[in-house]
Amino acid sequence: MSILSVNNISKSYSEHQALSDVSMEIPQGTIFGLLGPNGAGKTTLIRIINQIIEADSGSIHFNGTPLNADHIREIGYLPEERGLYKKMKVGEQLIYLGQLRGLSYREAASRGKSWCDKLEIRDWWTKKIEDLSKGMAQKIQFIATIMHEPKLIILDEPFSGFDPVNANLIKDEILELRDKGSTIIFSTHRMESVEQLCDHIAMINRSQKILDGSKQEVREQYRDGSFYVEYKSGEVQPSGDYQVLETEEIGRGLKKSLLQYNPDANPNDLLKQLITQVEIHSFVERIPSMNDIFISLVKGENPDLVEA
Amino acid sequence: MNKIFLVIQREFMTRVKKKSFLLATILVPLIFPAVIGIMAYIKKQEEENKEQEVVYLLNESDLVTFDDSDRYQYNVVDGPLDSAKAAFAKSDAFALIYVPSIDMESPSGIAFYAKSSPGLTLVRGFERDIERQIRDKKLTLAGLTEDQLDQLKTEVSITSFNITESGDEKKSDASSTFWISYVMGFLIYIFLFAYGSQVMQGVIEEKSSKIVEVIVSTVRPFQMMVGKVVGVASVGIVQLIIWILLMGVFWTVSISLFGIDPGQTQGAANQMTEAQSNEFFAVMTQANWLQIIPLFFFYFLGGYLLYGALFAAVGSAVDTPADAQQFMMPIMLPIIISLMGLFMFVFEEPDGGPSFWLSIIPFTSPIVMMGRIGFGVPAWEIALSMILLVGGFIFTLWLAGRIYRIGILMHGTKVNYKVLAKWLTMKN
Repeated sequence: MSILSVNNISKSYSEHQALSDVSMEIPQGTIFGLLGPNGAGKTTLIRIINQIIEADSGSIHFNGTPLNADHIREIGYLPEERGLYKKMKVGEQLIYLGQLRGLSYREAASRGKSWCDKLEIRDWWTKKIEDLSKGMAQKIQFIATIMHEPKLIILDEPFSGFDPVNANLIKDEILELRDKGSTIIFSTHRMESVEQLCDHIAMINRSQKILDGSKQEVREQYRDGSFYVEYKSGEVQPSGDYQVLETEEIGRGLKKSLLQYNPDANPNDLLKQLITQVEIHSFVERIPSMNDIFISLVKGENPDLVEA
Repeated sequence: MNKIFLVIQREFMTRVKKKSFLLATILVPLIFPAVIGIMAYIKKQEEENKEQEVVYLLNESDLVTFDDSDRYQYNVVDGPLDSAKAAFAKSDAFALIYVPSIDMESPSGIAFYAKSSPGLTLVRGFERDIERQIRDKKLTLAGLTEDQLDQLKTEVSITSFNITESGDEKKSDASSTFWISYVMGFLIYIFLFAYGSQVMQGVIEEKSSKIVEVIVSTVRPFQMMVGKVVGVASVGIVQLIIWILLMGVFWTVSISLFGIDPGQTQGAANQMTEAQSNEFFAVMTQANWLQIIPLFFFYFLGGYLLYGALFAAVGSAVDTPADAQQFMMPIMLPIIISLMGLFMFVFEEPDGGPSFWLSIIPFTSPIVMMGRIGFGVPAWEIALSMILLVGGFIFTLWLAGRIYRIGILMHGTKVNYKVLAKWLTMKN
């Protein structure tokens, strides 16, 4: 069941096409990675979901109903360009932002306080933002994003500018929120966090969606039949069934070779051939990392796979 | 609607809680009367303590004479003019007056030399004196005796009244009406700039602190803009009400405690007699404050909404206050035209064509209409001007909203008028 359905969204700014005919389903209770290089159209899509701008055509449904002003209550948004009122106190700020998302004054105050307790910044409640360190301010921004318990949380490049300690803290909170049933859209061009966090991904490049699916599906799709083999005594020789792409010494008398095999064939057959040549210590399929997929797609090195 | 209220509340509370608000609110009503009082006092002291100035006189004419007065002591010097000038240059005398042998019909060649540029009224004073003497001479030649000449001098003092449609008479006083107009027009001018630029700074601050995108994901940009404009306006109104109350208290307290005659603060230059200052006072208390104060609030609000929206639009289009300069000109121009119109047309001819039009057109009406109001303006003109002002600020709010919604999300873009025009027509 998807919490958000994006159907054929297009958006253009005067001469520039920001999104063309983008559709995707965001499954309930997942961490959904929205990937793409800078300028691909991610932020435009996110702004449309947040009703900051309107799409030229297409529609978005939230839990089955067309997106409308009532859904502001259900969405939490941490934009890439984010900040706080410098002259306001932490408490006032959280209460104000909570109220804008539809909480009552009292709810906003009590939830703001309990989150500040949780992130150990309760002492800062009456301090002004300008007196806070950057890391503190980032925590406040995160609290403001999720304090109204939104069903859908949209984080645009959440880790940019976060120090590693805060980044880990936020990661844990994100996972916890997912486990409690929230859905998280997570926009980034940093693949290592995608690898760790996302259940589902979609990739946008030059205003078009070029990839969509669960992380496993996508990886499966991009298997290319290459294998790492570690072995002793002798060296693997290429044959008609496979090629040796590279070989290196890895110490203790071991060598490691990368073999290119037919992705649709049975790896057992490859193994059988290798056993006759060398003493095998390890045999593992090379699964492409998100980073590899991202780079190859964006660079267009795999034009035939783009439509997959 | 509820969210606009939240925005207004935030704008209001953050400003009112500032120490600078408290200081300005308390100090302004203290400082302004104090400054005016001190200046009037200094001026009075100066007039009283003025020493007699020495004026060198080279008089080749028998038509005019110069008698020593409180202010001037005349030292007759010998000609020719060049040697008189040389003598004057070496002396520490105040001025040298040269009167050649003049013809009664066309007296020319009279010269006034001083070491620094003389004030306008100073030379005018000597001109009047000479004109009077020549006129007296002419009248004597026409056969009038000296007694008759004295009898010609009559002091006239006109008391002017305003008659309303219902026939009520009210004493009017040109100088107090002038002051009411001047102060009202000028106050609106100051408020437009002060609160307008507060709106602009607020918007730029939101942009540069990058809070803007979080806020617009919860409220429409137009609501955000209107909330800010109205929030600042409510600060202005609260401040204004406190000022009026405080000034009223000071006014009554200072009169009853010290018996200060408000007429005196006008400076001794006006040489107000007891009766005149009482009249001034009477007009001040008789002035139709019940009409003026509500109208003042209306024009303050209307003018502020009209310009505040434009200031907000400029703030949204730029990244720093320095970038805002280039867009300030078209906003400042009508404000400055209003102020100039106040001096050039309204004070000269409050019911004239230019005064009428400037007080009808929404961009200039807040300042100019408040300047005219003390002189009495027909009800239909006020009504027309008010309706147009409401239309005017609805228009500028709409216009500013179109620019604002795009501008606040733009960072680091180079913005010029062409870009602004594109934003205006851009769809959401």
